[in-house]
Amino acid sequence: MGASWNGAARPRKNVNTELAETIMTDTIESQIGSEDEIVIEMKGVNKWYSDFHVLKDIDLSVTKGERIVICGPSGSGKSTLIRCINHLEEHQEGIIKVNGTLLNENSKNITQVRREVGMVFQQFNLFPHMTILDNLCFAPIWARNMPRAEAEKTALRYLERVGISEQKDKYPGQLSGGQQQRVAIARSLCMNPSIMLFDEPTSALDPEMIKEVLDVMIELANTGMTMLCVTHEMSFARSVADRVIFMDGGEIVEQNTPDAFFDNPRVDRTQQFLSQILTH
Amino acid sequence: MDDNTIIFQPAPARPAPSSRVGPRAWLRANLFGGWKDTVVTLILLAILALTLPGLVDWMFVRATFFGDADNCRQAGGACWPFIVDKFNVLMMGVYPQELGWRPAVCAIALIVLAALTYTNRVRGIVLIVAWAILPVFALFMIGGAFGMREVDQSLWGGLMLSIMLALVGVIVSIPLGVLLALGRYYGPPVVKSLCVAFIELLRGVPLITILFMASVMMPLFLPPDLVINNLLRIQIAMILFSAAYMAEVVRGGLQAIPAGQTEAALALGVSRARTIAFIVVPQALRHVLPPLVGRCIALFKDTSLVIIVGLLDFLGMIKNASLDTTWLGFQAEAYVFAAFVYWLICYSLSLYGRELERRGPSAQKR
Amino acid sequence: MSFTKRTAKPGFSVQNIGSALSQAVVLTVVLGIVYVLFTNTQENLALRGIESGFEFLDHEAGLPIGDSLIEYNPTRSYGYAFLVGILNTLFVSFLAVVFATILGVFVGIARVSHNWLLAKVAAIYVETLRNLPLLLTLFFIYSVVLAALPHPRAAIELVEGVYLSKRGFYLPRPMAEAGFSIFLTAALAALALGLGFWRWAVTYKMRTGRPMPGFWGGLGIFVILTGLAYLATGRPISSELPVYAGFNFKGGLAMKPEFASLLIGLVLYTAAYIGENVRSGIQSVQAGQIEAANALGVSNAVVTRKVLLPQALRVTIPATTNDYASLVKNSSLAVAIGYPDMVSIGGTIIGQNGQAVEIIGMWMAVYLTINLIISLGMNYLNARVLHVER
Repeated sequence: MGASWNGAARPRKNVNTELAETIMTDTIESQIGSEDEIVIEMKGVNKWYSDFHVLKDIDLSVTKGERIVICGPSGSGKSTLIRCINHLEEHQEGIIKVNGTLLNENSKNITQVRREVGMVFQQFNLFPHMTILDNLCFAPIWARNMPRAEAEKTALRYLERVGISEQKDKYPGQLSGGQQQRVAIARSLCMNPSIMLFDEPTSALDPEMIKEVLDVMIELANTGMTMLCVTHEMSFARSVADRVIFMDGGEIVEQNTPDAFFDNPRVDRTQQFLSQILTH
Repeated sequence: MDDNTIIFQPAPARPAPSSRVGPRAWLRANLFGGWKDTVVTLILLAILALTLPGLVDWMFVRATFFGDADNCRQAGGACWPFIVDKFNVLMMGVYPQELGWRPAVCAIALIVLAALTYTNRVRGIVLIVAWAILPVFALFMIGGAFGMREVDQSLWGGLMLSIMLALVGVIVSIPLGVLLALGRYYGPPVVKSLCVAFIELLRGVPLITILFMASVMMPLFLPPDLVINNLLRIQIAMILFSAAYMAEVVRGGLQAIPAGQTEAALALGVSRARTIAFIVVPQALRHVLPPLVGRCIALFKDTSLVIIVGLLDFLGMIKNASLDTTWLGFQAEAYVFAAFVYWLICYSLSLYGRELERRGPSAQKR
Repeated sequence: MSFTKRTAKPGFSVQNIGSALSQAVVLTVVLGIVYVLFTNTQENLALRGIESGFEFLDHEAGLPIGDSLIEYNPTRSYGYAFLVGILNTLFVSFLAVVFATILGVFVGIARVSHNWLLAKVAAIYVETLRNLPLLLTLFFIYSVVLAALPHPRAAIELVEGVYLSKRGFYLPRPMAEAGFSIFLTAALAALALGLGFWRWAVTYKMRTGRPMPGFWGGLGIFVILTGLAYLATGRPISSELPVYAGFNFKGGLAMKPEFASLLIGLVLYTAAYIGENVRSGIQSVQAGQIEAANALGVSNAVVTRKVLLPQALRVTIPATTNDYASLVKNSSLAVAIGYPDMVSIGGTIIGQNGQAVEIIGMWMAVYLTINLIISLGMNYLNARVLHVER
């Protein structure tokens, strides 16, 4: 990371500037400039579970349309980090701003942020007592006060997009894991979020179903959606991500463009991690 | 690449800020989280402040621990000498006091066996045999056999009687319940219908009606020259009643066994009877140990109903004692003591049930 | 589920004959036992000079009943007296079910509350009442709590017309004045309107998406219209206040201590069990779903109503209907307290004429019928409300 790194190996400056220093390809340079909107801003974020310091001084800025993959060993705080963005986890110190809204105890702010940020979970978390269609219409009807007919139109549109429209009247329990996860993605998209968070979306899937979900995520990424994705699927990172962030022990250890990250990891810890996951 | 590699120095973990973690934060989160929370907490604290000091005052501060009825009335608090005076009767009923060592020995045996069971020192077939022998042993000790002076069952009473009724009830009703459940689950139509009829009939009516049946109707069913004493009739009633409930609990266990188990056993050439006895039933029982313990607790509580058909068990003796003219006006102490004893036994059993659940097969399914 | 019959052939296989034969044997043995019991009983009854048959139901009862919902005096027949008992059983059970459910829901929610104190108090309540015999609780309430109330002449007046004393609780008795029937019709109409509004609000929300408070709106309509009807018909409900005269209260509604203890005991005991059912229902819903619903930006109230409750009730309702059935059976403990329920009165009749077989048969018939009705109700609930499932 050049001049901004010293022995402590912690980025001190605003990420944007750092990335600008390490620009490797023209395409990335053209996407990121100082006039790009910062949609997620995290400054000095710290979180404790009781006495356990799980997020240490996190500084992170995400610009509009940026696709970020966060990886790292289990327990490193990756899931906690993105769950702080839609306030499913509460941070004790620091500032988190999403689309300009400050995340604090104010429930209005929290609801506002949650309506603009969609989340896809490892365990899908579809509502088992509702049909697929009802699962998708639920939030538009109750959070955006949409009439049922309009909600259904939106729902069908997104179901088509993820390729599940013929299952709309089935119940989640009747679908395979891959189908359920695609429905979960569609459910979040029905709220027209500007940011999508993915918390290990393929980790609970059988191998043959991972591809169908990744395809949906890639298609989504290609439409310019701002995405933060916690995943172990490095192929996804390589093909789609603008930035890869490596976390360990609650801090951001290294972040870079995918090519730089995978081909030329700078920090020993990153090298160690990559050697473990890329050779098996 | 190696000389450019940055050595990662992990940042030290800081302790959490005291405003967010620690006693103050806990209070804020758990007791005073919002205005609704605060109101509820304040109301509860007010209620506790109004009732607890008075209770403690009555039970301990102003209470009399030694003396007689007049001392108690003067002090105004709880009268514990009343309980002390009545203790033997509460424990054994009108059992001859000089032979009181015999029930005491049985009580010690029970406590020892219970402790061994809880700490898992004794297991398997030895455990089952030990528990089966205990009531027989108690019967001989308390009733009098092998040369010891006989004591008629009409003199048995108190906590000793409650525990005996419950113990024998549980020990006999579990195997009986298993048989009923098996008859209902695997039996041919006639057997199945009889089992269903028996189970649904006994579960559909209150225990009191069954006790009335045992007390009043059973003598009518028997040939005129055959007389079964009252205690035995009531014990049979409790066994049958409990067996119907045990059967339903065991049925749940049978349904939890995957069909693959029986298919595998049959495929190996094991006979149907052996498969049921050695593959299905043990697993089913292990699955439903916690609800079985729950039924034991229920049966022990149900023994209190025998007062209605004339047996003076623990609750019966408590009620009797509370009407004693020398100790008039101390009913509260009697019932508080009774509550304490019942609660102790039932709560310990429920803790054991929770322990079984923790150790059991469903908890190990990870 | 039964074993796969590996060698089962239709018709006359050895297995089939064996099975049919053994069943015939079993049936014969059982019928034989029944026959023996029957003849024994006849012999014993003859020996004791006890009659058989149900004619006694027409004979004069001659027994006093302290608490009755319908008009009763000792010259009435045994059958009528037994009917009084059945009504008392149903009455106390119904009231207990209603109050126990309300209390139980509160207890269950309190158990899972974030407020540590509330959760602990609820836990202590549940662990105490579930581990004590109901009879002990009844004795305690009757002999200690209610007996501690003052004599009627010094009765505690909670609010105007509500008196608590050793002889019982006294409440004002509502009396219908002229115009009450009109008011009642109007109130029913108001109820229909309220419910209709609620239904309309739901469709309105679905059609236009705009929030419309169906429940509160409907309730408001019902309350306001009923209130207006009440005023318009000239307030046709008066109350007869209990008045202390002689050595006790006269007039008003009297709740004897026996009834009060039974009701309070049943409510407290059953509410502990219902509370546990509510708690396990709530805890059966995976936290991830609540998270997902929250992450979609849906408000807490809607998440509770649409995601938590439907799934929690699937666990709570079957368990609770079981507890209702137990409550009805537990009401038979009235005999130990002195409340004249069906078992109390039946027991007294047995004491008078010894016809135990008939009375016990009648008990069983009534309790089994009540059980059946509760089971059918549960099956209906299961099918209609909870079936939306796979």
